[in-house]
Amino acid sequence: MFAYVIRRIVFGVAVLIGTSLITFVIAFVIPADPAVAVAGAKADPATLAAIRTELGLDQPIYFQYARYLDRALHGDLGRSYIRREDVAGLIVSRFPATAILALAAMTLSLALGIPMGMLAAAYRERAPDNILLVIALGLVSIPVFWLGTILLIAGGLYLHWFPIGGFGEWKSLTLPAITLALGSAGYYSRILQTNLADAMDQEYVRTARGKGLSLRAAMLKHAMANAMLPLVTLAGLDFAGLLSGVVLTETVFNWPGLGRLAFEAVFNLDIPLVMGTVLFSAALVVVANLVVDLLYAWLDPRIRLGRQA
Amino acid sequence: MKFRLNAMEAAGAVMVLSLVTVAILAPWLAPFDPTRAVANTFGDPGSPSHMFPLGTDQLGRDVLSRIIYGARISLIVGVAAMAVTMTIGVTIGLASGFFGGAIDFVLMRFTDVMLTLPALLLAMAFVAVLRPSIWSILLVIGLVSWTQIARVVRAEALTMTQRDFVTAARALGAPSSRLIARHVMPNVMPIIVVMAVLGVSGTLLLDAGLSFLTLGVPPPTPSWGRMIEEATTYFRTAPWLAIFPGLAIFYAVLGFNLLGYGFLRRRRRAGSALQ
Repeated sequence: MFAYVIRRIVFGVAVLIGTSLITFVIAFVIPADPAVAVAGAKADPATLAAIRTELGLDQPIYFQYARYLDRALHGDLGRSYIRREDVAGLIVSRFPATAILALAAMTLSLALGIPMGMLAAAYRERAPDNILLVIALGLVSIPVFWLGTILLIAGGLYLHWFPIGGFGEWKSLTLPAITLALGSAGYYSRILQTNLADAMDQEYVRTARGKGLSLRAAMLKHAMANAMLPLVTLAGLDFAGLLSGVVLTETVFNWPGLGRLAFEAVFNLDIPLVMGTVLFSAALVVVANLVVDLLYAWLDPRIRLGRQA
Repeated sequence: MKFRLNAMEAAGAVMVLSLVTVAILAPWLAPFDPTRAVANTFGDPGSPSHMFPLGTDQLGRDVLSRIIYGARISLIVGVAAMAVTMTIGVTIGLASGFFGGAIDFVLMRFTDVMLTLPALLLAMAFVAVLRPSIWSILLVIGLVSWTQIARVVRAEALTMTQRDFVTAARALGAPSSRLIARHVMPNVMPIIVVMAVLGVSGTLLLDAGLSFLTLGVPPPTPSWGRMIEEATTYFRTAPWLAIFPGLAIFYAVLGFNLLGYGFLRRRRRAGSALQ
């Protein structure tokens, strides 16, 4: 187990270094001049040269990269060109709003997706399964920004049940969370249906059924344990994705999270902020990957023993 | 063997074909020019009426005509971006699965890194740098969406490469190019077709999302995502401006999803029949 943990951590760190390299290359090819961005378009050449020296832009690229990495490891992601604020500080201040939304959306999508998947698996290839499949396909086919807009029009403007955007009480959380959750719920239900149907075909479930266990008991007590594993992986990664900000939903609902911040950064070609948000979300995915892998190994001894051999 | 479509494939095929028909026949089907002001509402959106069944937008343009013409750009971008995605994904997947070793290691670690990067954010950054145009959007969607395809194709190519018929062909002296083209590729083709069909629904959604963020194909080309973005200003007074283009996107994406999952279901049934 210990060797396995070490191996996963090394792998995660390697992926993060690769990610930072790609992010850095992207930032390097952006045709905006950082010195002009800092000093303004009317700055004289001497000022620009001074700023280039100050930012280290006159150094070779590998040196700039090493310095960026060194600073990032110390929690310093540079300063935003437009907002003139510390990038790491901005990310930290926007994170809670996104985290609340991500948590609500994930809870809702699992609460919807798991029962849908179980029901579909219990009635495999019969009418309820087919109906649930079409519903699930419908849910994954809805453009998320349109769903948000429609919910806003229906729930906020016509029924007056919810505020039309912004961030505050639980009511303002409802519509964005539903917007984000429906698509994943449809997706999760199909993943679970497939895995659960496969598990139900296994000998151990057949044995359990042969002993006289009802379909429901065999599914809940025996098949679910194995069928949930792939769903846990997927949900873990999705959660990391949600935590790094959901640009479209946050834009529709004017939600003050990381997604809006990233959108602003891209729009203004605010390079340090773009790099910071991309790197932060990659780090979240790497950590989530690691947690899921370790959870897996802990839950299922076949994995840690199999990979060690 | 008789080839029969299952219900999902049939429904998907009908939806996709109807969309293609609308896109091709747009000049004859659309009642008005989609880029011209045809209603005298002077800067206000017009409600649906007998003359304009889906209403008119803030510039007096007919929404129905814009949605009909929008099918063109959506389908072109959706299918072409999928082709770019498949080209990158299949090349990397085949190379990785067939050659294995160091090539496989390097390509798959690169794929791992790309998978951790947030796709939409990356696409936004690329488009912002390259400036939005149909070419930059095709390239960018391809660059951020190939990873899953590469992984699936790699897995398929890997199992095929280990099969006896490939070993036999190799023993007869066939070069790698022939092994890939004649023995591995034809067997990987079915899954490539499925992923391509499902891929279109993904590229359609990504393209619509970029358009919604004003990073899509620039105006005056009518695009469904951009229409929704423009409608957000008026959604208190003119909700129809947002509702109908969204239904069009939903219809297109659902059509490709039904077709793709219909294929998948057939494959799974065929697979279980062999066991």
